[in-house]
Amino acid sequence: QIDYTGTEPSSPCNKCLNVSWDSTPPCTCTINFTLEHSFESNVFMYYGLSNFYQNHRRYVKSRDDSQLNGDNSSLLNPSKECEPYRTNEDKPIAPCGAIANSMFNDTLELYRIENDTRTPITLIKKGIAWWTDKNVKFRNPTGDGNNLTALFQGTTKPINWPKPVYMLDSEPDNNGFINEDFIVWMRTAALPTFRKLYRLIERKNNLQPTLQAGKYSLDIAYNYPVHSFDGRKRMILSTISWMGGKNPFLGIAYITVGSICFFLGVVLLIIHHKYGNRNTSADIPN
Amino acid sequence: EKDVAPDSRLLRRVREAALQTENLSPFINMKSSTSLTDFFLALAICNTVLVSTATEPRQRVTVPPPIKPSGITLEKIHQIFQRLKLASLSQSFSSSQSSSELGASFSAKNTEEHLAALDCCDNDNDCCAGGRDDKLQGKDSMDIGNASLDEVFKSVTNSSLPTDFCYEAESPDEAALVYAAQAYSFTLVSRTPEQVTVRLPQGTLLTFDILYTLGFDSVRKRMSVVVRHPLTKEIVVYTKGADSVVMDLLEDSAKADISGEKRMKRIKEKTQKHLDYYARDGLRTLCIAKKVLNEDDFRKWANFRREAEAAIDNRDELLMETAQNLETKLTLLGATGIEDRLQDGVPDTIAALREAGIQIWVLTGDKQETAVNIAYSCKLLDQRDTVFTINTENKETCESLLNLTLEEVRKNYEAEKTQRKFFGIIPTSFSASEAPSPEFGLVIDGRTLNIIFQGNLEDKFLELTKYCRSVLCCRSTPLQKSMVVKLVRRQLKVMTLSIGDGANDVSMIQAADVGIGISGQEGMQAVMASDFAISRFKHLKKLLLVHGHWCYSRLAKMVIYFFYKNVSYVNLLFWYQFFCGFSGGTMIDYWQMIFFNLFFTSVPPLLFGVLDRDVSAETLLDLPELYKSGQNSEIYKLSTFLLTMLDAFYQSLICFFVPYLMYEDSDIDVFSFGNPINTISLLTILLHQALEMKTWTLFQLVAMIGSVVFYLVFSLIYNATCVVCNPPTNPYWIMEKQLSEPTFYLLCLITPVIALLPRFFIFALRGTFGASLILKAQQLDKLPKGQRDLEIQKLRSRKQTTGVPVASPASNYDLDQNVSHLCVSPFLHPAAAAVSHEDTESQEHSASEANPLGKLRLEEGYYFFNKWAEEGSTATASSAGPSSGHYPLVPNRLATPGQYGGKLTKSKDKFNHGSHRRSVSAVTL
Repeated sequence: QIDYTGTEPSSPCNKCLNVSWDSTPPCTCTINFTLEHSFESNVFMYYGLSNFYQNHRRYVKSRDDSQLNGDNSSLLNPSKECEPYRTNEDKPIAPCGAIANSMFNDTLELYRIENDTRTPITLIKKGIAWWTDKNVKFRNPTGDGNNLTALFQGTTKPINWPKPVYMLDSEPDNNGFINEDFIVWMRTAALPTFRKLYRLIERKNNLQPTLQAGKYSLDIAYNYPVHSFDGRKRMILSTISWMGGKNPFLGIAYITVGSICFFLGVVLLIIHHKYGNRNTSADIPN
Repeated sequence: EKDVAPDSRLLRRVREAALQTENLSPFINMKSSTSLTDFFLALAICNTVLVSTATEPRQRVTVPPPIKPSGITLEKIHQIFQRLKLASLSQSFSSSQSSSELGASFSAKNTEEHLAALDCCDNDNDCCAGGRDDKLQGKDSMDIGNASLDEVFKSVTNSSLPTDFCYEAESPDEAALVYAAQAYSFTLVSRTPEQVTVRLPQGTLLTFDILYTLGFDSVRKRMSVVVRHPLTKEIVVYTKGADSVVMDLLEDSAKADISGEKRMKRIKEKTQKHLDYYARDGLRTLCIAKKVLNEDDFRKWANFRREAEAAIDNRDELLMETAQNLETKLTLLGATGIEDRLQDGVPDTIAALREAGIQIWVLTGDKQETAVNIAYSCKLLDQRDTVFTINTENKETCESLLNLTLEEVRKNYEAEKTQRKFFGIIPTSFSASEAPSPEFGLVIDGRTLNIIFQGNLEDKFLELTKYCRSVLCCRSTPLQKSMVVKLVRRQLKVMTLSIGDGANDVSMIQAADVGIGISGQEGMQAVMASDFAISRFKHLKKLLLVHGHWCYSRLAKMVIYFFYKNVSYVNLLFWYQFFCGFSGGTMIDYWQMIFFNLFFTSVPPLLFGVLDRDVSAETLLDLPELYKSGQNSEIYKLSTFLLTMLDAFYQSLICFFVPYLMYEDSDIDVFSFGNPINTISLLTILLHQALEMKTWTLFQLVAMIGSVVFYLVFSLIYNATCVVCNPPTNPYWIMEKQLSEPTFYLLCLITPVIALLPRFFIFALRGTFGASLILKAQQLDKLPKGQRDLEIQKLRSRKQTTGVPVASPASNYDLDQNVSHLCVSPFLHPAAAAVSHEDTESQEHSASEANPLGKLRLEEGYYFFNKWAEEGSTATASSAGPSSGHYPLVPNRLATPGQYGGKLTKSKDKFNHGSHRRSVSAVTL
């Protein structure tokens, strides 16, 4: 887990802290880190944000599911919920709304440093969203041909985006509304400190661990401003067990509750043995 | 009701008299015989009873078949009669015997639905003499007489009922009198507005022309019929009315000769004695009188009457005046006593209600003696009770009376309290064998009530009634009844319940918090005015003890549960506000939130509120004290409420923060976070109810499981189908996704456990240490039936060994808030009259003894004093101490009734666990 917000002066990303979010080219920084243990199975790469209230009532509402579902009329006439991110310069915004407008746009790249050579690690960007979201809930607008540029004709990009939605990715099945980064972002987080899946690192073969212990460096194209709301940005590498993410809480809870139950059981047993037959005929005078 | 057992001797004499009237010419006036005949004629005529025969469609279904072919029944009545007679005879020898006999006869009578009433008709010296002889004979040869008398009865019953006449009367009393006349072969055959036909014992039909009928009203307290006698062509006025009224209207014998005057006086006296005697037996008394008008007088009067009827102004007053003009100078024919039979199970019910801590007042229009007697017979007053009677028409007297009584009662209670303290310090001196000291009863009549209301003596009166176990208000008008109820309700701040069956109880029923009508013979007014209608007084026991208790516990628990449910659920959303910037956002989808209260958790609480029975009906009936939990608001009180709210907070905390800790710093989205919380909360809330619920039937089980299943099914369908619906956002595919994750199940398992653990633990502790009666009763319920009965017996007997009086302490000390007042008015079942010729010579009262009740008990070892009479006021107060011998109740001076108070001891302990243990230890020591 690496914090790359860059609030500390020593942090390599400190220089990017006050760079305007839409500067071109983006401010980049590199953070080196060392993995103590190797990751054996598939690794999930997350980005984490703190103090970001994605669950704010008005923020959560600011989207148009019909538009995202590929509805053509909604595409050109987005829902009023999207205000004030509904239209820009008399053109409907696609995708409209505050959620889409504030999409996370840092680019993270991971390199393994071996003997001063940086080998890039393949980050898979597909398969990070729910299958149902990608295939059912989010759809590109329908129309003639597969040319997204044509399909999104008449709409404009969200105000804060550097490029329109049909240029999010080069691959056609990961572009437009069905871009998985976009889909992941649109699933608003429940808590102000959250993480979102960014990339997958698949295990290549059975002989080597996915990520060996050693030195790595993280290249960041620092676009996303969090300093204004005292937010933090992190990159997290994690594996997943059958139970989901790594959270020891449930185990602790079960052990604790189990112990308490056992303890109470014993107490009640003792009490019952001592006083239990009080209500039977024991104390009736003859 | 119709079975009237005629007194054989009287019957015989009636026959003879009737024969005489026939044999001799009707113009020859045989005094004794005609008055007898007249008496029965009046019984049959002087009413507004409609006649219908069994074949006619008019007959109401409710009328029971007139012939009850049961020799046993007759025999029983007969025996009762014998006993009654015996009782009256032996009264002068031994009053204690008489009272016990009376008690026996009352209980015996309860078994059948009819009557026994007495009548006296002593117009003549000869009559009385003959009667006396008869009686003496009867007493000597009772056994021999039995068989023959039975035969007579049977023949009479059979002969007099071949034509099945059904009588429909305004009041059951009227019908009872007609049936009584019928029993003596004076059968009312038909009635039209102009004519009334009566069949005489010989079988001849007499048709009287009805000239006028002056209906009954509560001011005059009498009714009259003016008829023309078909044989003598005389115009006769028959009047039937309350004894007090009719006695005042009797003819002045001034114009008659001296011997006649003497005789009349004696007759009057004797009749009055009879009336007193009837009243003491709890009979409703009426006097029958007649007057012969000559043609001129009648015509004059008739003119007046017609004018009055035609008058436009003051018509009512004029009518009243004419009626009063006519009803003067009457000749007394006789008196009747109608037994108002107690319904089944009245004493039992009253005892149970008492045990349940309910204060019982009786408000009745009957006269005092009747009311007091009924009170004794239905165990409202105990023989050991101290009864204060307040009758006065003077405000000052009334006030001083109230003060004095109050003082005395207070002294008594203070003495008890010190006794209590004493016992508290040295428990070993506690003796379980000590009997409770007498409770207090208060008897007050309508006039005194009036004075109390007018003279601002309410506070004192109520203060006094607080100390009294039971209060009797006799001779009270409907208005007074409702005023008393209102007074009690307003001043004592208690819950009042009125129960009554007559039209005169309507105002009282409406004035009370809870009005109950008994549907019965007295019409439907009471029922229609009431909140609840029952058919029998004894059902009140079940209504209050079982349904009342259930209703309270259900309502209380349900209200608390609803508070809990909403607090615990809405709090979830509140906790979430800390994490969404207090923006009012929700982590649960709106539809699921709406349906949560609407469908997912609605049916089980409703079933809980409708069907839950914390204790079984049998146990509730067996242990009336359980009812006190409702009176003392034991379930729904502030502490319970606060505890439940605390628990609700705790549970919502758990339901929110366990998932929160689980999903903290993960990629969980809003609705995926809310979904497990919603599910957990649903499970917790339903399981919480499962803990609270005491009755588990298929319904509850299905409702509970159905709710969960419905929730899951609904969520699955909703989450699967709603792709773009419900904009701007929806929980698409979340339920499905979560159901495929083990985390969800693990969460759903552990969170409700943590949430309910404290409550469960406390319940378990309470189950073990539980001192409350309800819990005990619940445990009793789980035992098999036989064992349960045994345990209940034990519980009750244990309570009795601690010497707690039946009417429990709550009614004495915590009266202000806790005790419900129950106002009872006629829970009686009017029964018909049998007529017997009673001899009163043997029953010698000295006139100086104002209260016949007191006399009765004097011989039983009760102490009776007549203090107020000494002071020259009209009031009487009688006080009776216990005769058990435990207490040396011999006051030095008659005028200081409070003196013995200090000597009274009473072991008065609340019925609770502590006192049990104490008594136990005392015994083992």
